[in-house]
Amino acid sequence: MAMLSFERKYRVRGGTLVGGDLFDFWVGPFYVGFFGVTTLFFSVLGTALILYGAALGPTWNIWQINIAPPDLKYGLALAPLKEGGLWQIITFCAVGAFSSWALREVEICRKLGIGYHVPFAFAMAIFAYVSLVVIRPLLMGAWGHGFPYGILSHLDWVSNTGYQYLHFHYNPAHMLAVSFFFTTTLALSLHGALILSSTNPGKGEVVKTPEHEDTFFRDTIGYSIGTLGIHRLGLFLALSAGFWSAVCIVISGPFWTRGWPEWWGWWLNLPVWR
Amino acid sequence: MKTFFVVLGASIAFFLTIAMFGTSGWERPPLTTTQNGFRGTGMDQVHTRAEVAEIRDANVAPAPADPAEEGGELAGQTYENVKVLSGLTTNEFNRLMVSMTEWVAPEQGCTYCHNTENMADDSLYQKRVARRMLQMTQHINSDWKANHVGGTGVTCYTCHRGQPVPANIWFTNPGPNHTSGFVSRNNGQNMAAPSVGLASLPYDSLTEYLADKSIDNNAIRVNATTALPTSKGKPIQDAEKTYGLMIHMSEGLGVNCTFCHNTRAISNWQQSTPQRTTAWHGIRMVRDINGNFMEPLTSTFPRNRLGVLGDVPKVNCTTCHNGQNKPLNGAHVVDAYPELTKVTVADVVKTPAPAPDTPPAETPPAVPAAPQP
Repeated sequence: MAMLSFERKYRVRGGTLVGGDLFDFWVGPFYVGFFGVTTLFFSVLGTALILYGAALGPTWNIWQINIAPPDLKYGLALAPLKEGGLWQIITFCAVGAFSSWALREVEICRKLGIGYHVPFAFAMAIFAYVSLVVIRPLLMGAWGHGFPYGILSHLDWVSNTGYQYLHFHYNPAHMLAVSFFFTTTLALSLHGALILSSTNPGKGEVVKTPEHEDTFFRDTIGYSIGTLGIHRLGLFLALSAGFWSAVCIVISGPFWTRGWPEWWGWWLNLPVWR
Repeated sequence: MKTFFVVLGASIAFFLTIAMFGTSGWERPPLTTTQNGFRGTGMDQVHTRAEVAEIRDANVAPAPADPAEEGGELAGQTYENVKVLSGLTTNEFNRLMVSMTEWVAPEQGCTYCHNTENMADDSLYQKRVARRMLQMTQHINSDWKANHVGGTGVTCYTCHRGQPVPANIWFTNPGPNHTSGFVSRNNGQNMAAPSVGLASLPYDSLTEYLADKSIDNNAIRVNATTALPTSKGKPIQDAEKTYGLMIHMSEGLGVNCTFCHNTRAISNWQQSTPQRTTAWHGIRMVRDINGNFMEPLTSTFPRNRLGVLGDVPKVNCTTCHNGQNKPLNGAHVVDAYPELTKVTVADVVKTPAPAPDTPPAETPPAVPAAPQP
């Protein structure tokens, strides 16, 4: 298979975490590695089980396919396959596939001699998922507290789980997460607009340099974080959004069982104005 | 100067963090969770095990008094001025009087209601109120048996819990008296009131929804019934009032929204749990109690028992439920007091039929329908 001109430079041996040289090869343009094999294994098995679960269900309507976790009565034990057991195995496969992919990214980073920013960022997304379907169910004592796998059904779960705490918008970590999500999109839109406009100059004008970009933001908002800084900021905002999302759901239930509005009693009771 | 502000900011943040962790009442596992919907819908009740035990212990029904000796003269013949319980034997009557004292005025004793010089004397307002409350209890246990209180029934203790004035009563809340200043009007909201679980929701929605016995049955309903708007619909303030009432019901019963609703379609009866039907009737029962039993007592109570607006003390869900979905751990408290289960005197005030004319828009199914799989 044809190789891009610069690709040869990146195809270096070593850097593997597991398996030594055994899986240190490429299939076409794709690096394999031990974790490539495990990714493939878990994702194929998991996807096949989702299809099996869908086949057991009453519908092939893509919106309504639902693979639900077990009843709470099974606690942290294994449930019968058709009553949530599938969900448990699929969850195991998903965690396996996601983690394998992150570790494969680590191996690639090691080959390239770059930082672990990409696998770290992906790990934050995995952490949020694991919080929902592993950590929180473990803390609450039943796998049934995980969310169901289905396009509409998982939204219904989100709605009901929010209303378990009467008014989820009062969840302080949810507030932080939402703020970080919005700030991420704001920062990305500002940054994207800046780059697009400076690299697409009007007729007869030249492409603008970072100095020009910095000057634009210094003029408009008094500060420019700079070309490198904006990417650090973007990563921080995006990871914070994922992190506080995980926190906001882990505290709902295990560490707070009442309505979230009530949580703010501590603020109302501060000795300053009580 | 910069250092000063950095230190100041850091110490404020530090103390706020300490206060947040230390005083907001964080809880921790182990939890007790119960499922009341199809698996994976998230329709679950979530409590800490410690809280469940605490609430259970705080809501123990008192042991019923020993049965009265059989036979003997009727109370209406033995005593004067017995209006509600005249059909009881004297022994039964005295047994109930002793029980009522324990339920309502254990410290004050008989003299809380009675002039001991002349027990038949009606001069104390407490006695006149108690007589009406007896009728109310009989009314609840008979006319609301099928739809709300079931076999458990209520006694004086269900609400009073050994106190002459039940802990969980309410008055119309006119809000703060802003005669001047920047915030002269608050639209009846944003007070972080306990009546709405410290949310910013309207804090006096109970007056509109629970004090009025002849309220429009659709007043609470704010959900659209069509996918797309066909008319202006109800204002968001109405939705917030409904939300306030629902938070009251949740807090009063120690449950969350999903005890009755599948929130993917809150208004849909097919997807709601059977408990929603009980709650629907409960709302009507509270209106019946407030409108037909409490409100007529306004002039009987002395001024210091009334609210700031001169309104009578009223009941809500918490008055009986006290944080439990079945009051007093679901104990069948009326079993030992059959005299409280039937109306013995035709009511002077014409009470409307307890079961309202308009049933729920859609008949709730006996079993909660699993949501679309």
